[in-house]
Amino acid sequence: MTTASKAQRGLGPPEPPGILTWVRKNLFNSWLNGLLTIGSLVLIYLVLSGLLRWIFTVANWEPVLNFPILYMVGQYPRELLWRIGLMLAMYSLLLGMSWRKWSGLLSLLGFTYAGFMLVLALWPAAVPTLTTSMRVALLVNIGIIAVGYLLGGSAKISPRALLIAWFISLLLSLILLYGTPLLNILRIVPSNLWGGLLVTLILAIGAISISFPFGVILALGRRSSLPMIRIICTIFIEVIRGVPLISILFMASIIVPLFLPVEMRIDRLIRALVGMTIFSAAYTAENVRGGLASIPHGQTEAAKALGHSNFQITILIVLPQALRAVIPPIVGQFIALFKDTTLASFIAVIELLAVGRAVLTSDPAYIGLQMEIFGFIAAVFWILSFMMSHASRRIEAELGVGER
Amino acid sequence: MAPEKSPANAIQAGSQIPLWRDERVLRIFAQIVSAIVVIGLLLLAVINFLNAAEQRGLSLDFGFLGEAAGFPIGESDIPYDPSRSFLYAFIVGVLNTLKVSIVGIFFATILGTLVGIARLSTNWLVSRMALVYTEFHRNIPLLVLLLIWFSFFITGLPDVEGSIVLPGPIYLNQRGIQLTWPRLTPQGAPFVISILLAIIMAILAWVYLRRYQERTGRSTYFAFVSLGLLIIIPIIGFILSKGQPLQADVPVLDGFNFVGGYDLSPEFAALLVGLVTYTAAFIAEVVRAGIQAVDRGQLEAARAIGLNYSQLLSLVIIPQALRVIIPPLISQYLNLTKNSSLAVFIGYPELFFMGKTTINQAGRAVQVIILIMAVYLSISLLTSFILNIYNRRIQIVER
Repeated sequence: MTTASKAQRGLGPPEPPGILTWVRKNLFNSWLNGLLTIGSLVLIYLVLSGLLRWIFTVANWEPVLNFPILYMVGQYPRELLWRIGLMLAMYSLLLGMSWRKWSGLLSLLGFTYAGFMLVLALWPAAVPTLTTSMRVALLVNIGIIAVGYLLGGSAKISPRALLIAWFISLLLSLILLYGTPLLNILRIVPSNLWGGLLVTLILAIGAISISFPFGVILALGRRSSLPMIRIICTIFIEVIRGVPLISILFMASIIVPLFLPVEMRIDRLIRALVGMTIFSAAYTAENVRGGLASIPHGQTEAAKALGHSNFQITILIVLPQALRAVIPPIVGQFIALFKDTTLASFIAVIELLAVGRAVLTSDPAYIGLQMEIFGFIAAVFWILSFMMSHASRRIEAELGVGER
Repeated sequence: MAPEKSPANAIQAGSQIPLWRDERVLRIFAQIVSAIVVIGLLLLAVINFLNAAEQRGLSLDFGFLGEAAGFPIGESDIPYDPSRSFLYAFIVGVLNTLKVSIVGIFFATILGTLVGIARLSTNWLVSRMALVYTEFHRNIPLLVLLLIWFSFFITGLPDVEGSIVLPGPIYLNQRGIQLTWPRLTPQGAPFVISILLAIIMAILAWVYLRRYQERTGRSTYFAFVSLGLLIIIPIIGFILSKGQPLQADVPVLDGFNFVGGYDLSPEFAALLVGLVTYTAAFIAEVVRAGIQAVDRGQLEAARAIGLNYSQLLSLVIIPQALRVIIPPLISQYLNLTKNSSLAVFIGYPELFFMGKTTINQAGRAVQVIILIMAVYLSISLLTSFILNIYNRRIQIVER
């Protein structure tokens, strides 16, 4: 393209918008780009046609379609599934109300959640694992979200009350899942029967929320003016970040029991949670430290001039601003942690991937169907992580964190 | 924390400020307390551990490392047999980790840079494809991708007789990848020396001539000179080794197996491909962000003072983009190295897999985990040490 022709086009009337113009401008604006476009089209055709042919004609989806409950909750006693149903109903209601109250990120979460219920309710299983009542219960959940959405509009429900309700619901769902010795109807289900996506979510959500306060403390410690505290925090953070997660999980599963008194036996899920929390705390600390560093010095100086103590400055001035700036990286870290839960299968925690591997070896008819099972698991992770990263980008835009 | 006038005087006078409000005392006190807490917790853990070790009859010395390992290793680049010691087996694991990491870093950098540049392409289709590539890989756990690649390499490929043949020849089949490998002939020594010499000379020429150009402003064509050295010296070495420095070691089908060449197991191939494609997606984002970080005004200014396109790239864009790219790039390299420990799921005998096998064979979980962590930790601390030096150097350049 010569300068003359460029100039001419710049002087002439603007080209009418249209598909052909768009194609010429974006795909064929030089001979090199034309070649690239054609090459890409061929590549896309080859990949897509191969993939579609495999999905619809070659692949045998039996090991995926026949075990929806196993993939979701593992070996959780089937007669006690109503407890998980109750838990879902509780979250549906809360989600619906929060959706109305805060919209934004939560609307996306709500759609994902509802879509998830719908897919599960209409799951095309050849074997009757999902009973009609379960399917109905899942559909009712979608209705509950709608009810929550309507209720959320009322002014009586304050955002603060909703937040408290979320915290209580976390506690309640633990009781529902694990049970309590007090009530016969809530008899205890040991965590080695839990499995699938349930455990994956417990690990990811548990690790990120437990590690958050530790991460904040470590970050403050690393910026402390007291050398002793700074050194301890720095060593902890750098050691944890320097080794692979799997070695931390391994340590949590083998060595931590050795360090504790002999009588203390710790549950496998807890061990994995401890390992993931330690790991996550170090990364949270680095993210928070980034947030702390982004607060201009003038803030601290102004607070000092007003006569605040160091403690007050940290809690009232610096941390609130730093934590706001840290939300997007923390969401990113949560996604990474969510993907990393797959490593827990190494220490015999039955999360989603471990269920897939168990299904694979459960029946000789499934030998050689790794691609189908792992492909399905990859799809589940992809959809959930993609939704979260999309949501994180929206929060970033709403908070205006990215623009400085 | 500059004290105001009157309290400062009070401190100098002493005794007016009670101890519990004197900041200097508090600071020391806080440090002593935190040190006591941390050391106390560590001591408690160690005492518990020693008790447990005594009760369960565990020993804590590293003497077992000298004993014979007794297990076979699938692949090793140094001679190994089960009568070698645990320590030797561990070193094999370290070498395998380094091998897959270095090769992986090399290819991931190339692929990641290509995808990152494709993301910035003006061609809509190309940039969309690059976007799909990165979004695909960034949202799926690496472990799942590795397992998919592994099942592809053991079930998706033809058997040995029906190997896919790539130019080289390179054979792809269920047993892995068989590469044609260049091996040195007896007269090949001058060639190797000439290559080393060429690299050293090229670097020296680059550094010296570039410095001269920067000092005097006279064009020294340092890039061409170093490239010329890189080509001419090996040619001399090639002639000195009688034109036959290397010999192609071609894999040949012998019965049911290939003999000769360089053999890559399906485990290694799956691990390498998985790590490269996954890490490339992250490197692509790093590269894209780095290039976008270069201010448009810089390009316009460079054009305005009459730099040509190659000067624009080598003197303005690349140095500034690299400053943004290198720190996160190195951390991706470290991630790749740490992620290679996932090989334990597919059975490639790297460091972590070796450690696990050793624990199965000899017990001694504590010592083995300490060793594993020490190796990973020294790799990453060494890297971040070098990175810190680099960061300090480029910070001086900044205004």
